[in-house]
Amino acid sequence: MPTSESAANPSRAARARHWRRTQRLTAALLLAWFVVGFVVTWFARDLAFPFFGWPFSFWVAAQGGIVVFVALIAVYARRMARNDRLLADEMHAADVPDPRR
Amino acid sequence: MTLRTRTFAPARSRFLRGPAFSRRLHWIYLAFGLAFLAFVAAMALLEHLGLPRTWIGFLFLVGPIVFYAGIGILSRTTDPTEYYVAGRRVPAFYNGMATGADWMSAASFIGMAGTLYLSGYGGLAYILGWTGGFCLVALLIAPYLRKFGQYTIPDFLAARYDGNLVRVLAAVAAIACSFLYVVAQIYGVGLITSRLTGVAFEVGVFFGLGGILVCSFLGGMRAVTWTQVAQYIVLLVAYLVPVAWLSIRQHATPVPQATYGYQLQKVIASEKRLQADPAEQRVIAIFQARADAEQARLDDIAAALAAERSVATRRIAELKAANAPQGDIQAAERELARLPRDADAARDEWTRARDADRERAQPLAGMPPHAQQFAGDPRGDAAARRAFDESRRNFIALVFCLMVGTASLPHVLTRFYTTSSVAQARASVGWSLLFIALLYLTAPALAVLVKVEVFDALVGTRFDQLPAWINNWAHVDGSLLQVSDVNGDGVLQLGEIKIGGDIVVLATPEIAGLPYVISGLVAAGGLAAALSTADGLLLTIANALSHDLWFRIVDPKASATRRVTVSKVLLLMVALGAAYVTAQKPGDILLLVSAAFSIAASAFFPVLVLGVFWKRANRWGAAAGMVGGLGLTLYYTLVNQPGVRELLGITSPVQLWWGIQPIAAGLFGVPVGFALLVVVSLLTPPPSRAAREMVDDVRLP
Repeated sequence: MPTSESAANPSRAARARHWRRTQRLTAALLLAWFVVGFVVTWFARDLAFPFFGWPFSFWVAAQGGIVVFVALIAVYARRMARNDRLLADEMHAADVPDPRR
Repeated sequence: MTLRTRTFAPARSRFLRGPAFSRRLHWIYLAFGLAFLAFVAAMALLEHLGLPRTWIGFLFLVGPIVFYAGIGILSRTTDPTEYYVAGRRVPAFYNGMATGADWMSAASFIGMAGTLYLSGYGGLAYILGWTGGFCLVALLIAPYLRKFGQYTIPDFLAARYDGNLVRVLAAVAAIACSFLYVVAQIYGVGLITSRLTGVAFEVGVFFGLGGILVCSFLGGMRAVTWTQVAQYIVLLVAYLVPVAWLSIRQHATPVPQATYGYQLQKVIASEKRLQADPAEQRVIAIFQARADAEQARLDDIAAALAAERSVATRRIAELKAANAPQGDIQAAERELARLPRDADAARDEWTRARDADRERAQPLAGMPPHAQQFAGDPRGDAAARRAFDESRRNFIALVFCLMVGTASLPHVLTRFYTTSSVAQARASVGWSLLFIALLYLTAPALAVLVKVEVFDALVGTRFDQLPAWINNWAHVDGSLLQVSDVNGDGVLQLGEIKIGGDIVVLATPEIAGLPYVISGLVAAGGLAAALSTADGLLLTIANALSHDLWFRIVDPKASATRRVTVSKVLLLMVALGAAYVTAQKPGDILLLVSAAFSIAASAFFPVLVLGVFWKRANRWGAAAGMVGGLGLTLYYTLVNQPGVRELLGITSPVQLWWGIQPIAAGLFGVPVGFALLVVVSLLTPPPSRAAREMVDDVRLP
């Protein structure tokens, strides 16, 4: 079982802030995922203007979507690394040990 | 944590973690890649020197499997952390490759380009769905699983939802969907093996089984991880080389992925030309006439059957009376014996024949225009509008199910336990999708290139001048390729080609005019795709049985070595069981695979996501969500499946909800799972303190 140390208040606040930032980032990226995966697809017939030879919506389903998905995951990994560093700094400022093992 | 055990002496551990470990892996796999290319070059030389094709095919099967077996033997282990999660030290980059191979199955490698060839834009649902799912894995699941850091998906759910009720449900669902999927993989292995070496399908199945077992049996996840990386390299090379060549042959760039938009324009122009072509229209009219004749027979089955019998009987009598040669009489008697036995058999046979002819009486051989988004027309009459709405709805529903299913397949999710940290788990999802994208960006390009070849070069050729690959493949397997001069003008029309999707990848080397050695390479790639996925799946099933059901519930005091031993024994039994089922050749392999996605989606997605993002979710809610969601999905899939309906004797008309095809049954199961989870959780007491603390813990990096 993962253990959970009984945390002092400043560290609890820092963790709460870390989680809120995580949630906001997750929600924003999921919105982008939804727009590319579903909204563009829903209007595929109307978005058929030529795009380097492909009809645009064909290109999105065959390539553009994949590229955006890779980018979303890369953004998530980078932003979360920053979020984790921020948490470590705040914990350090609150003088509690780094929760990362 | 009591389960973690030290595996390596500290003196060695320096080489098994961190940058030094990554560097060592780079060298090892660089050497592997070069050795594999040298192997291909040696095969090319042997072909040039005149080695027969069957030998080259055989060597392409055995050579890579010897490589994989070597890795498997070097990685043998009896330590649980090594066996279940590869020691949790797989670097993100290599876990990405391993996940890519784990994820890309025989269906991705062989079937996808064919589906895209046959259904154009409609097939892109698979591309979009199977890649978009990794966003859900990255954002909602992988980092939290890694932070939790145990061995299986049921482990995670049991800790989150207080105990064994949810563990058993999760283990059963994991076994069910993985088993469906593994049968499809072993089928692929048997198909490739038998085609390449000419052995019987059943022999091929058990031969492939040996290839799967040497990887997973000795070393569990550790061996599977490192063979999967090697298999990824093989399958990627095998996919990209012939496509690049075909593209160069069509006077385009060697990276068709970037430029096939212009080939797509050619396809669109050819489609217009072919639709207006009078010869094509004659072929269509002939098939329509045949379908009409079948329909006429179906309208009065008894009379039609009696008439055919009497014609055949009279013919035999005439031949006998005329003292015709014995051979002719026997042929006529066989004709009579081939007639349907009774009215029911006649209805089945003639309906099939009518449907087959109707299918071929469509413009463009039944293929929709390649770039056309959805069927029907939103500005047309009522029927066209309805066709458009239903087609669009089904496309979106399929994308949804494939995405959510991807984020719920236990054998893929388990891979993210094997990285060294949460940050590495997040990065490795990105690498996974990047490595998968290399193949998924190529498949739609390949479909268009082959279409250019067929529409512009093949159609219009005289029957006596057809390229060699047509006859080769038509000879090998009639379900993959059939050509016949239906309208008797001596020239091949598009409507006269009947093509099975799998041939698109398998025949590409020959279409591109490459030597046979490249065909062997493609088969080795298909085999690598099927073996790597089967490895991951078998391990998931065996671990759910041994770890979640046996160790966690039946015998919690078992020693570490004993657990691994039990797991190995179970792995062997499951593998044999799966091979046995496969050897029975169950119909509709694609259906099995799609069913696995909807099952996994509705069983796992709601409990995994709300388990992390909603603390109030409790065990009763989780159990209700899993059972309800899974139950609905299974119900909708089964009751609308022609085969199952026949089996259960259901005769009521098919009742689709909002026109959604059963392949996307998860569209109903997943939301119902979420709703039940929320409602039942709120009606029952909140989860235990331990479960709430676990949620806090996994949310931290």
